[in-house]
Amino acid sequence: MGIDVVLDKCTGCGLCVKACPFAAVVVKDKKAEIDARCTLCGACADACKFEAIIIQRPEQTTEDLSGYKGVWTFVELHGEGIRKVSLELLGKSSDIADELGEKVGAVLLGRDTARHCDGLAAHGADVIYLAEHENLEDYYTQTYSAILCGLISNHRPSIVLFPATHLGRDLAPRVAATLGLGLTADCTGLSITEGMLLQSRPAFGGNIMADIICPGARPQMATVRPNVMKAREPDTGRKAEIVTVPVDIDLKGLDVVIKDVVSTVTKGVKSLEEVDLIVSGGRGMGNSENFAILEELADILGGGVGASRAAVDAGWRPRSDQVGQTGKTVSPRLYIACGISGKIQHQVGMKSSDTIVAINKDPEAPIFEIADYGIVGDLFEIVPALNEEFKRTLHKGK
Amino acid sequence: MRIIVCVKQVPDTTEVRIDPETNTLIREGVESILNPYDQFAVEEAVRIRDGVGEGRITVLSMGPDQARSALIKCLALGADDAVLLSDRAFAGADTWATSYTLAKAIKKLGDFNIIFCGQQAIDGDTAQVGPEVAQHLGISQVTYVEKAEVEGRKINIQKQTEEGYQILEAKMPVLLAGMPPTSFEPGYPPMSGILKAKKKPFEIWNAGDLGGDASRYGLDGSFTQVIKTYSPPPRGKGVIIEGDAPTAAKKLVEALVKDHVVSGGD
Repeated sequence: MGIDVVLDKCTGCGLCVKACPFAAVVVKDKKAEIDARCTLCGACADACKFEAIIIQRPEQTTEDLSGYKGVWTFVELHGEGIRKVSLELLGKSSDIADELGEKVGAVLLGRDTARHCDGLAAHGADVIYLAEHENLEDYYTQTYSAILCGLISNHRPSIVLFPATHLGRDLAPRVAATLGLGLTADCTGLSITEGMLLQSRPAFGGNIMADIICPGARPQMATVRPNVMKAREPDTGRKAEIVTVPVDIDLKGLDVVIKDVVSTVTKGVKSLEEVDLIVSGGRGMGNSENFAILEELADILGGGVGASRAAVDAGWRPRSDQVGQTGKTVSPRLYIACGISGKIQHQVGMKSSDTIVAINKDPEAPIFEIADYGIVGDLFEIVPALNEEFKRTLHKGK
Repeated sequence: MRIIVCVKQVPDTTEVRIDPETNTLIREGVESILNPYDQFAVEEAVRIRDGVGEGRITVLSMGPDQARSALIKCLALGADDAVLLSDRAFAGADTWATSYTLAKAIKKLGDFNIIFCGQQAIDGDTAQVGPEVAQHLGISQVTYVEKAEVEGRKINIQKQTEEGYQILEAKMPVLLAGMPPTSFEPGYPPMSGILKAKKKPFEIWNAGDLGGDASRYGLDGSFTQVIKTYSPPPRGKGVIIEGDAPTAAKKLVEALVKDHVVSGGD
């Protein structure tokens, strides 16, 4: 295995140097040289016009993988309901399963959870693996991982998808490490290529996309960002087979115990991932009080208020409002960015919004490069004017 | 108190930009830095050690020789000694192979109370290595840790959730993957720390030092394969709306109504 430069073919043109995201290639004496920073991502080989860079991948296992069937979604519950991303994953699982000619599985763990089965069937589940137990009321890495590992070993699905939520990103790697499986984090695209799951994900803070496969182990596993896949329209006539999973879980041996759960989100208010419209503020807001005009705009439009990392770091908004690489990924119908310069780290969290409006006094702000509509100017003049205009227009409709 | 912190050297992705002409990465002038989340993990470890009043912090990294500078920075921030896992055999590792390698090294280091990891690395953003290391070691993990305080033989933890936070109590040994606090801005280590860092123990281990199953390291031990990397498709450039505030606001609302983004009555 490894990466080699074919010296006869290399012209020292430097295309590979530019292509390498890890600064691992240099040209010395008119020949490319690759150092230990190389991650074998293949960007240089793709960029080379002379086929002078060759990557040898290890031989994959010859184990027969055809016995693995079923496209599963791990269903995450939240409060009284199913977290929206779970339904999005069921939608994607349905597309993939149709293409593979396999069944859609939904894995549902919790206490008194059978009531969600109809909803899961309506959204595409063919088989529901139902693990109900009072000790599964709270999520613990250890208990959930144990049940999931058992299910996967017994039923041998070909694909398992997890939401890329706090819970999913805690659970999935634990399962992958236990069973010796590949896991691709935070996917934004999934498709089938040559019978395998092609997993596309942003890396490098969203600066590059990577396509990833898992040729030698089953199931293929991925965590998937909320708000990038589309849920299917519910079909209440659909029925699913329910497989009851025996649960024998004791919480006494746990090394980690939940003592308290605190919500900083106002009851009845939808979370940012679930609202249709977001008004977001950044460094340009100046202080926390100034967010009042964004709250007003959000109220008029029936949406929520988000924030950039700069505004959260400044202490103007809670961490739960943060949109971007290290915050939430949202894709509302309308995203209005106010006083946000819109570096790539912010864009990663919101650029799949249907319509983007940017208001910023700096005409060079990167946010304008992705905005459908931009207004260059003082947001403290524009937002109040916008509030008046929206009130007038929306009022007309009533 | 025996603490191990797993860290990574990463390209400073905040400095990376896309060339709008060619839609490729502009990497010029992009430095390799200590992953900012890992710096927070080191600072937390130092705070906990100093709070307990005794202990030793080892910083551990897998990477090329250049990653030495990231570990030296950790030593300057107050860690006691450093181990760099460096071998061509480790190259091309996915999160499974990386976590296997780190876990092998941790077993070689001996008993510990806490393993700290940054929440995620800013180049890959997977957040998978921490939980996978915990599983390889057979210990518990807590991710999205916002605060951690040692109290006797247990740790009180505040863990971030989508809707707020949880208060947890964990027994040691445990692996904690930490979020930076709200106001976290990675700073420079003090000059006294930089001077001391050069005298602190620093070891480099290769695959032979770790032993274990050679086929589990690097590309050979990886289940996932990157088959292609490319720049994300650019989103089409939109319209700049001109005019003073009331005019621009009016034009924008009209445009949104026309696009059926908001309903305009009639």
